[in-house]
This record gives sequence, structure tokens and C-alpha cells, in this order.
Amino acid sequence: MAESDWTPDQPMVSAKDVHKSFGALEVLKGISLDVMKGECICIIGPSGSGKSTFIRCINALNPINSGSILVEGQEVNDPQLDKLELRKKVGMVFQQYNLFPHKTALQNIMMAPIKVLKEDRDEVEQRARHLVKKVRLDGKEDSYPGELSGGQQQRVAIARSLAMRPDVMLFDEVTAALDPETVKEVLLTIRELAEEGMTCILVTHEMGFAREVANHVYFTDRGVIVEHGPPKTFFTEAEDPRTREFLSQIL
Amino acid sequence: MEAIWSWFEWLYEAHGVNLSIFYDSLDRDRFFFGLLTTIRLSLICIVASVVIGVVGAWLQTSRFKWTSRLVQGYIQFFRNTPPLVQLYFFFFAIGGVLPKVPDASGHMVPPIGNFTWAAISLSFFAGAFNVEIFRAGIEAVPKSTSEAAEALGYTRLQSYIYIILPLAFRVCLPSLNNNLVNLVKTTTLAYVIAVPELLYVSSQIWSDQFNVREMMNVLLFTYVGLVAVLVFMMHRWEKTLKIPGYGR
Ligand SMILES: Nc1ncnc2c1ncn2[C@@H]1O[C@H](COP(=O)(O)OP(=O)(O)OP(=O)(O)O)[C@@H](O)[C@H]1O
Ligand SMILES: [Mg+2]
Repeated sequence: MAESDWTPDQPMVSAKDVHKSFGALEVLKGISLDVMKGECICIIGPSGSGKSTFIRCINALNPINSGSILVEGQEVNDPQLDKLELRKKVGMVFQQYNLFPHKTALQNIMMAPIKVLKEDRDEVEQRARHLVKKVRLDGKEDSYPGELSGGQQQRVAIARSLAMRPDVMLFDEVTAALDPETVKEVLLTIRELAEEGMTCILVTHEMGFAREVANHVYFTDRGVIVEHGPPKTFFTEAEDPRTREFLSQIL
Repeated sequence: MEAIWSWFEWLYEAHGVNLSIFYDSLDRDRFFFGLLTTIRLSLICIVASVVIGVVGAWLQTSRFKWTSRLVQGYIQFFRNTPPLVQLYFFFFAIGGVLPKVPDASGHMVPPIGNFTWAAISLSFFAGAFNVEIFRAGIEAVPKSTSEAAEALGYTRLQSYIYIILPLAFRVCLPSLNNNLVNLVKTTTLAYVIAVPELLYVSSQIWSDQFNVREMMNVLLFTYVGLVAVLVFMMHRWEKTLKIPGYGR
């Protein structure tokens, strides 16, 4: 499918039979899933099951061995891939925030649109200040990452991603490094995003969040999707014993 | 001013301490010129060697094997040979085979003068160490940080310039500091190809005045002063680069 053929009624992200190995270790063994525009999906599963690997494949941080991932019709598994084009569409937030420590919160948010997209500085600044408010960090514009709490840093990281005006956001266990109090602030921010219609793909251990916010939940184990469904039925009527065991441990 | 100059003249006559660079205007000019030459040579080599370090370290992280091999070869060559021999090599082995060109008055002269050769040779010498220094700094930047940049659409070069290098710089400033101090001291080697730097003009002065002892003291004090200024500026710089809430 050519990029220009993509229309919003087709899946925004469409993975088909994705395989990925690190050396001899096959980490993804045929992952397929579709995410429609405006949907929020959660991927859950035990440690080492390949959740991070998969979500990193979506924005080509990890190249895949076979299969296909289409993002708005753009094939990610393509040696001629225009990475910039892809990354303009896909924002990503990491577990460890990964802010640029030598830049203030506001600079962290403004840098990529200015340096990468070559947008007008004043315009970007306006947007960045607006985003700072949106993630409830008014007054922290000029703080350096080292002066912010984990939860605040993570919200700067979210704003930094949003400043690129992505169509899809990837979140990889973004609350896993936070203490329970700050988890709430970050989840609230993501929840608002999802409610505004941002397409979100989350890897998370926050089952409450998945249940309330996700349109669809995927359970992965050892590189395959074992079971998936809308949260209503997924959490109560899981059939596969592996899913049941995982859920019983975590809930 | 005159009073000071004549005091040094008196010092010589009364006590035999011959600091001719103070009371003799010819020696004063020679020495001052030498000081300027040393400063000029040092500054040029500092800038050029840092540029070599930054570019070399970038090439070493390149995906192409041959660029990092090339840089590795360069480093080995300049780290494992004496800088004095390198200087001779540039001046005689390379400079000697270049065809001569006419200067403004029609004389045939070498296309590259001795000052330039000293600058080139010493920049490459210090640059080899700077590549290693910067590489160590780059390795100290967490991979996750450059990954975040990559996910935001930065190209490898953009991420190097805007994120990795500024962070690496802060890590490697102390070792860079060391190497640059070394570089300033090594500029004395330019003496051997008759670059009129401090040591060279001093040797001219002491062969005219027979005041080796005095000139040795003057030289040592001058270098202590030069290095102190450099270290002071590097520390100032280190302070301005300090990030609130980050690192040690
Ligand atoms: N760069 C890499 N090189 C080699 N092996 C890797 C690499 N990245 C991940 N792996 C391996 O791939 C497997 C899946 O890792 P991944 O990080 O995707 O798991 P995960 O589901 O995100 O786990 P967690 O919940 O602990 O984050 C693990 O066995 C891991 O050791
Ligand atoms: Mg993970």
C-alpha cells in the first residue's frame, strides 16, 4: 500500500506477523495487531515477553526481521525507510524519561521542532508553553531535568514528544520508575490525551488504567499475543491459562 | 616605566643579575615577540586540536568501518611517536619535498613556513589525544539519551551536535584540560625548526647576553603564568557549563 493511499478509516498502525530476533534469540514470533485512529491500546505481559521490543519496532528503533508494520500506510520494514517521516508521525515516551539533562524543561520541548522540523522559534515557544500548561508544569519551564521529580520529568518527556505533533504516541512502561503518588499525575496526563483522541499504544502494568482507558488490551507472552480483547471482557473472561495466571498475580 | 627599566639596569650593575629583557629595548622586543608567538601558536593548536578531536570522535562512531580505521591509524601514529620526531617529519620529510614558490619579492621560498608546520604538527599531535578524550566522553553519555533524540527524529549528526557532544564535553573537560596544558608546554618544540617562540628568542637573548641562568628562570615563570591563565579559563568554562541538578 502506498503511503498516499492511506485513509483515516484504515488502521493507523497495522502490524502483521512481525518477527524479531536478537542474534539467536527470537523475541517476537509473529505479532499482529491493528490500531485505529483515536484508539488507545494497552499491551501487558510478563517481563521479557517482548513488549518493549515490539513497541520500539513501531518507530524503527529496532529493525524487524520479517513481517510488516504500516504506520499511516508507511512501511516500517523497508530498507529505504524515511525515518524522519516516520518519527514525525510517531512519538515515544520511555520508562527512564531520557530528557536532555543540559537543557531546561522548555528547551527540551522546543529543541526538536526547531532543530529537526526547522520550525519558527517563536511559534514553537508558544506551543511549548501551551504544552507545559497541558501537562501541569506551569512554573517549571526553566528548571533543568535534574531539578524535577520523576513524575515531572516524565510529563516533560510527554510534552517533548507532543511538541512534534505526532499522530501516534508510544508509551513504554512510563510509570514503572515512579512512586505511586506521581504515577497518578502521569496517568492522568495520558488519559487526557487519549480522551482528546490521540492514538496511544501503551505497554503498562497499570491494570486499573488499562481497564478504564484502553479500547483494547493485548496480552503477550514469549513473543506472541496470547489473548486480546476489549477490557470489559478481557479482564473478566480471559480464557488462556497463561493470561489467567498473569492476571491473578498482578491484580 | 623608565624607572622600572633602569632599576633592572641597576640590578645588573650592582648585583650581576642580568635581566636584559627589561632594560634592553631590543631584548624586550624580542622576548615580547616570542611570548606573542607562543600564545598565537598555542591558541591555534588548541582550536585546531579540539576540532580534530570532535571530528575524529564523530568519525569513530560512524557506521562505516573504514572511517573509524582511518582515525584509529591516525591516533596510533601520533600517540606512539615522539612529537619532536613528528615535527621534524613534517618540516623536513614533507616540507622538504614540496615545490618552492616565489614570494612577493620574487625569492623562491617553501610554500609552508616553519610557524605553519609547527601549528600543523602540534595540532595533529594534540588532536590524536583529543579524539580519545572525546570518545571517552561520548561513551559516558547513556545510549538511552541518544535513543530519545533518535525517536524525536534527530539525525545522527544532529544528535551528536546538539545532545551527545554537549554532554560528552562536560564529562571530558578535566582530561581535555590536561591535554591542552600539555600542548602549551609542547609548543617549545617549535624551537627546533626555528619558530621564534619563547624558548627560541630566549636562546637568542642568552647567547648575546650570556645570561642563561636568568633566562631559564624567566622562561619557567612565563610558562607557569601561561598555563595558569589557561587553567583559570578552563575552570571558568567548566563552571559556566555546569548543569543544575546534574552529575557530580
Ligand atoms: N538489544 C538487545 N539485544 C539482545 N537482547 C535483547 C535486546 N533487547 C531486548 N533483548 C531481549 O529480548 C527479550 C525481550 O525484551 P523486552 O525488553 O522486549 O521485554 P519486555 O516485555 O519489555 O520486558 P519488561 O517488562 O521487563 O520491560 C529479553 O529476553 C531481552 O533480554
Ligand atoms: Mg520493557
